[in-house]
Amino acid sequence: MTMTHFSNIARSDGDPKVVRSGPSSLAASDRLAKALGWFSLGLGLTELLAPRSITRALGMEGKENLVRTYGAREILSGILSLSAEKQAGLWSRVAGDGVDVATLLTAMREDNPKRDNVAAALAMVLGVTALDLIGAQGTTAQRSRNRGERRLYFDRSGYPQGVQAARGAARNFVVAGETERMAG
Amino acid sequence: MRALVWHGKEDIRCDTVTDPEIEDPRDAIVKVTSCAICGSDLHLFHNLIPAMLPGDIMGHEMMGEVVEVGHGVNGHLKKGDRVVVPFTIICGQCEQCRRGNFSVCEVTNRKKHLADKVFGHATAGLFGYTHLTGGYPGGQAEYVRVPFADATHVKVPDGIPDEQLLFLGDIFPTGWQAAVQCDIEPSDTVAIWGCGPVGQMAIRSAVLLGARQVVGIDRLDERLSMAEAGGAITINFQEESVVERLDELTGGKGPDKCIDATGMESHVSWSQPDTVLDRAKQMMMMESDRPHVLREMIYVCRPAGVLSIPGVYSGLVDKIPMGQLMNKGLTVRTGQTHVNRWTEDLLHRIEAGQIDPSFVVTHRVSLEDGPAMYKVFRDKQDSCVKVVLRP
Repeated sequence: MTMTHFSNIARSDGDPKVVRSGPSSLAASDRLAKALGWFSLGLGLTELLAPRSITRALGMEGKENLVRTYGAREILSGILSLSAEKQAGLWSRVAGDGVDVATLLTAMREDNPKRDNVAAALAMVLGVTALDLIGAQGTTAQRSRNRGERRLYFDRSGYPQGVQAARGAARNFVVAGETERMAG
Repeated sequence: MRALVWHGKEDIRCDTVTDPEIEDPRDAIVKVTSCAICGSDLHLFHNLIPAMLPGDIMGHEMMGEVVEVGHGVNGHLKKGDRVVVPFTIICGQCEQCRRGNFSVCEVTNRKKHLADKVFGHATAGLFGYTHLTGGYPGGQAEYVRVPFADATHVKVPDGIPDEQLLFLGDIFPTGWQAAVQCDIEPSDTVAIWGCGPVGQMAIRSAVLLGARQVVGIDRLDERLSMAEAGGAITINFQEESVVERLDELTGGKGPDKCIDATGMESHVSWSQPDTVLDRAKQMMMMESDRPHVLREMIYVCRPAGVLSIPGVYSGLVDKIPMGQLMNKGLTVRTGQTHVNRWTEDLLHRIEAGQIDPSFVVTHRVSLEDGPAMYKVFRDKQDSCVKVVLRP
């Protein structure tokens, strides 16, 4: 049962109910932003709550506070990506990906016994970076004010008899019923 | 029938849904001929107002033809009548309705228990505007059931195009009420933040009501050009200081009356650091609304002035300078629009040719194109100011 059907319990018998759904206003980039936002929150929470497992897996012991900081950053990016300002969230993720890649590269040392894990993590981050870039570019293009024509409306006064005739035309307006209420 | 249905944040779809049915004797069914996307629909699009449920039909600005009436409508409406449907559902009989305070009707919110908990006391039912205001299906659809239809309607004559009348259901009376609440005097400067559809209507209302100067504040050239066409002096807040320019226009005294036609989603800009902080808090759920315009109005308004707030706010705001507000003796007037309090008079003004509200319409599309238009409207693309949907 979908949420739409479940929420019908809040409706009366005579209220219309959804029979068949049409295309959504959500574009593919919106859905991608949503998925990446939740991913960001999940990763951020993991980094914040279990930094030691991550540093151990990557041979980066002692860097737990750095991982926690990255976790907080991921959570902020996730919240932004899930908000109406999703393009800001996704671009902050792209920037964060750059920081992650740079950090992982420092762990690609010859003497790191977990070098293979670091390589795998690097590949994953690069894959996610590609998705972040696609999402960020997609939402930015979609939200751009430059889509469509630019017009000015100096010819739309809204006064059939012109602005000058309109000035003060309703000056004698009295709120209907005001006098009766005051008298009452 | 087809309808624009909310499925989640930024997820609106043109769905096939069952037809609405009469369920109370005071109901009527209206075949929608025109409906619009309102700026306040964007707050729902962004899921910033709680209590939307997947499957809720959007839309609270619509008009059409009555196709069915319940037996309790008692001759107030009949099949074939042409009506604008006000976004506030009113019983017409409770104490608040009798006082003309229609947006706080004590009867029509069918989820009163929920609204009582959230607001302290329930307000009127609204179409397509969350379950806090009754969870009534909205009018971005082929048909809409109008509850309490004997009172909840504005009968309109044939022979005037839909687009001239449609906005009697929301943005025109909303802009008008915002201006009327200012008690405009002939010597007044009225400053209006936000030149979207409600701001445009507020500008024209303030001009009609005889303000000496009307100032429109925005950042978008197309909206500023429309404001200027309506008789306003304009300020682009991205190019100049709003406070300095308003002081310059008023000989250093500040505008006598200030109207917030922006509401809870003030534009976020690095040049206004409080807006960035508000956005961050909003995302962290530490604040529900972004009140930059309120802060600026309180700061710049002339002492003993009036702040009129038609812009929608949903919950909690931070850092409101109560010290400035109190010491300057400012009067704050706000509220959802008491639509039916104004519509008879405004209809006469349309008929008399004082105003033609269709000036604001920039986009006309089918219901199927509605989901895409939510994004065009939200992102201010294609110089979009107001979208009308034709079901």
